[in-house]
Amino acid sequence: MNAIRHHFSPLQRLLHWVMAICILAMLFIGVGMVSTIMPKYVPLVAIHKTLGTAILVLALIRLVTRFYYGAPALPADLPEPMKLAAELSHYALYALMIGMPLLGWAMLSASAYPVELYGGIYLPAILPQSDSVRTLLWNAHYYLAFAFFALILMHAAAALFHALVRHDGVFEAMAPVPIRDEVTRVEYTAAE
Amino acid sequence: MLQPRSSTARSVLGSFVLIGVVVAGSAAAFAYTAGWLSPERLTPWKMLQALAPPSGPALGHRRNHAKGICFTGVFESNGNGAALSRASVLAAGQYPALGRFNLGTPNPEAADATVRVRGIGLRITPPDGQEWRTAMINAPVFAVSTPEGFHELLLAAGSKDPNAMKVFAEAHPEFASFGAWAKNAPWTGSYAEDRFNGLNSFIFTDGSGADHAVRWSLLPAAQVVPVTQDDLKKLDPDFLEQEITQRVRSGPLRWTMTVTVANPGDPTADPTKAWPEDRRTVEVGTLVVQRIEGEADGPCRDINFDPTVLPPGMRTSDDPFPAARSSVYAKSYDLRTAEAKDYPRTVAGPKP
Repeated sequence: MNAIRHHFSPLQRLLHWVMAICILAMLFIGVGMVSTIMPKYVPLVAIHKTLGTAILVLALIRLVTRFYYGAPALPADLPEPMKLAAELSHYALYALMIGMPLLGWAMLSASAYPVELYGGIYLPAILPQSDSVRTLLWNAHYYLAFAFFALILMHAAAALFHALVRHDGVFEAMAPVPIRDEVTRVEYTAAE
Repeated sequence: MLQPRSSTARSVLGSFVLIGVVVAGSAAAFAYTAGWLSPERLTPWKMLQALAPPSGPALGHRRNHAKGICFTGVFESNGNGAALSRASVLAAGQYPALGRFNLGTPNPEAADATVRVRGIGLRITPPDGQEWRTAMINAPVFAVSTPEGFHELLLAAGSKDPNAMKVFAEAHPEFASFGAWAKNAPWTGSYAEDRFNGLNSFIFTDGSGADHAVRWSLLPAAQVVPVTQDDLKKLDPDFLEQEITQRVRSGPLRWTMTVTVANPGDPTADPTKAWPEDRRTVEVGTLVVQRIEGEADGPCRDINFDPTVLPPGMRTSDDPFPAARSSVYAKSYDLRTAEAKDYPRTVAGPKP
């Protein structure tokens, strides 16, 4: 029983929660900055670009850790549709974590804006200037941001559902700190 | 320790309520941040709506300063600015410049003699990837002290109420000096004779880390021949573009870039307030305009002359306008690039 992994590795959990904060901040900054003309617009845009780049780097590291450490299996008694939803939503979350920063970077490149981060760091353009391409990328970046936020809300709702209703250890697998000892949990479940 | 697995129906219901509250609360916070719950918020979209003429905006064009013509050339930095800012663009050297002469109107078809405010958009690109973008106008001071005031000016100017401008001017006494310039200052018959002023204050940081509040201007090398608006009305509606095209053909045109340094206490947050004449002014270089190209196929067409695109060593000050302009220009740029089919290029295919 002890050999079965019920938790993500500490590195994966650290990445998950750090990125959760970064991505939520990113989405709020994004919708906030495009709706304001106040002086905060300038630092918000600078943070958006810098944080987006950081998220891209973290997401790539996270992808490597996912391949390396894998993920604990979902509970055997989880209904198939929920398993499928869990699996697909995680593919979508990874795609968005990596795709959104790339779309933003490509959009700025196609707009001939310099991609300047905090600290005077310039990223190279990854696309030539083009009004049609930048429009496509802008639309993708904009609408996918709302899809991303909706997906995160569903993800959070599902996590709470596992934690509060099913009590099946799925939330604990990614909890920021181990909430209960996995061996105890297994024994307890077995004894029930 | 462990919770009993036998959840009662009540605790399950409570859990679902909690989940619902978390999701709905997050969604509400998101909607609030996006401004959907704050109809009074002055958004870039509202500013563009106020800029648009009654017939609607000219699709595919800049929402303001819509009439313009592209130029390319060089910025010859003499190195004097390096004492004020560590930006590489102010180190001695010659750097590519791209820009746009323009008229302060949302109508790209406006007759040149009808537009009081003329502008220049400029992008200078030193070889290290840094960029300095600026957009300047020929007025010596700006019309209003705040972006909110600018919105009110646009609403008043577009109002059907004949008293709207009078009411606005009474509520905005700072408008008087711009109003006096617009009414009394001589006109010129050429972009080449116009002085362009940045008006907004920025902070330069020098190599030692010291900050300097500055404003900048472009002073024409061409001899200024004052004319009246009535003289200009007799000319072709596009005389400015025709004239500058002709003039550059017979030789490059020059402007001296000057940077004026504020004394402590000079107003940096209010572009309606000129600084006293005796302030230290440094000539940092020369803009040389070598070639004119029409906007439809020109290199300035898809450049947003966003005044917050600044190299390291320059940054925005407490002047609220650059941020507001950046936000509104970005929205204008999003719209017009998406409307490119409404402003066709005359040469087929993507430009090089």
